[in-house]
Amino acid sequence: MSSFSADTPHSSSTMGRIFIYGILLIVAGYFLLPLIVMLFTSVKSMEEIRTGSLISFPTSITFEAWSKAWSSACTGVECSGLSGYFWNSVWLVTPTVTISTFLGALNGYVLTKWNFKGANVFFSMLLIGCFIPFQVILLPMARTLGFLGLAGTTTGLIMVHIIYGLSFTTLFFRNFYVSIPNELVKAAKIDGAGFFMIFWKIMLPLSIPIIVVSVIWQFTQIWNDFLFGVVFSAGEAQPITVALNNLVNTSTGVKEYNVDMAAAIIAALPTLFVYVVAGKYFVRGLTAGAVKG
Amino acid sequence: MGALTIKNVCKSYGPVDILKGIDIDIQAGEFLILVGPSGCGKSTLLNMIAGLDGITSGEIQIDGRVVNNLPPKDRDIAMVFQSYALYPNMNIRRNISFGLEIRKVPKSEQDRIVNEVASMLQIDNLLDRKPSQLSGGQRQRVAMGRALARKPALYLFDEPLSNLDAKLRVDMRTEIKMLHERLKTTIVYVTHDQIEAMTLADKIAVMKGGIVQQFGSPRQLYDDPSNMFVAGFMGSPSMNFVPCKVVDMGNEAGVEIDGGAGTFRLPIKSNQLKSSVGQEVMLGIRPEKVTHKIESHLEDPNFHLAKCRVSIKEPTGPDTHIFVHMNGAKVVCRSNPDSAKEPGEEMEMMFDLSKMVFFDPKTEERLV
Repeated sequence: MSSFSADTPHSSSTMGRIFIYGILLIVAGYFLLPLIVMLFTSVKSMEEIRTGSLISFPTSITFEAWSKAWSSACTGVECSGLSGYFWNSVWLVTPTVTISTFLGALNGYVLTKWNFKGANVFFSMLLIGCFIPFQVILLPMARTLGFLGLAGTTTGLIMVHIIYGLSFTTLFFRNFYVSIPNELVKAAKIDGAGFFMIFWKIMLPLSIPIIVVSVIWQFTQIWNDFLFGVVFSAGEAQPITVALNNLVNTSTGVKEYNVDMAAAIIAALPTLFVYVVAGKYFVRGLTAGAVKG
Repeated sequence: MGALTIKNVCKSYGPVDILKGIDIDIQAGEFLILVGPSGCGKSTLLNMIAGLDGITSGEIQIDGRVVNNLPPKDRDIAMVFQSYALYPNMNIRRNISFGLEIRKVPKSEQDRIVNEVASMLQIDNLLDRKPSQLSGGQRQRVAMGRALARKPALYLFDEPLSNLDAKLRVDMRTEIKMLHERLKTTIVYVTHDQIEAMTLADKIAVMKGGIVQQFGSPRQLYDDPSNMFVAGFMGSPSMNFVPCKVVDMGNEAGVEIDGGAGTFRLPIKSNQLKSSVGQEVMLGIRPEKVTHKIESHLEDPNFHLAKCRVSIKEPTGPDTHIFVHMNGAKVVCRSNPDSAKEPGEEMEMMFDLSKMVFFDPKTEERLV
């Protein structure tokens, strides 16, 4: 990119820069607008929301709506805010992401380095799993959970998410491990390492970029999931997305936009946090297979 | 130190036969080279010796022990790979000691071995680095160090030098040779480079199409190739093949050749082919056996002078290669640069009759 400005005269290149950055700022502002509106609204009082305009700066900042959304807003008949559901989601996401990522790594390792008869057919079938919409598996999954006695439990929901996520994590790891030379595994076998030793000591330490990809992907998917949450969990065990929905839809007279906005931001913060922390690894990991360093 | 015996080993993947009855036998301390063009099955054979790949039928013995059904770790072998296959996440010290660690060698003993191997290969100063920080030649040494650390019965090398640049390759070749001289280890070494094969080996197995074409010492293969493939594969520039007819020359048989400056006859020594007069044969002669006129050989009945017409001349420095057409086939002759004639001119070439070999032009097998 820098090369095309190198041979143009200085003044016109400066103009070009200003133009490019101007456009970028406008586009960035456009994309940020909804978030800004949410943020502004969440720190305004109800009084100000009624009288002011949607995108005006808050005149006085108050965190009342935030604390209400967190601890005392009504989600249906219960009026204890989102805090409980937030931790529900945390307890749901942590084991699910860990287990599905680990199993995906194991699958990818077996599919690429311990080739067995029918491995390709197996992989193709797993791939189809990536294209099955949530709605299709609702009914069969409900029957299965009922049969296993896990209906309406967090364990059941965890299981559903692990199974659904496996296709994706396997795909990630399989494609990553294909680019790791087989000779590495052969060398380890000759050194005397067995199946799991090679996995722990050689493959996993090399997999950091793709583990990050898998964790971000799974975290986002499961944290943001509404459908499985609303179908397969009940009452106290519901994840934050379901609670948010209930909170927004529960009206006791006045609609408290500031509380709704604060609640929505609270629900979205963890995914934002994960992207900010691990985002650069995400891009690096997605391209890791393509360009070998 | 282990001997290696391979008895009638076959390998097929479904209907495709990769190896068709391999027999190889080497003594402890010998350097065996498997050489052949791509796809000849040499790497497959090496993987089967290592136990990374199963055999369909036959038997492999290491040190007198049948290892057909043993996993790689129980075969008492170490292997050096073409891509070196160093563990990228471990430093050099751990790369070398990993195999010892798995075999539960005490830590102090591990350190002693790593240091010993490192100083032998002059990689002491690299021990704390990661493989990605090393050059190709250094990685090559580490890969060898990893193999040496375990002191196995058998070392397997899978084209270890083919990723190095030309100069380094020659240096490492010499080092491998010196290492073998010093440690007297048994080595099986796969390469497609016939010069590596000639320089390193005690025994060479030339392979093609899943069959050992010839197994013997480098000298045997060079002077006494058993068919045209081996003859053409070993040596650079490769052996010349001239189609010609066997003629009766009174006491002995001979071959008739048109070198572009009139026909001449080369007598065939030691009463060979006397019964084949009138038949078509393929004469094989190495470039260095067709030379400029050497005065000291003029009296020797094993040498024969004949006029040929030069088509191209290629100076290489120490020698000049003269290209001549004999019976329509292109023949390379190695001449002293001072005696070389210009293209189009006639030149007297001296043939070493004792080094001529003959092949059946149809089966390509050697004629007695």
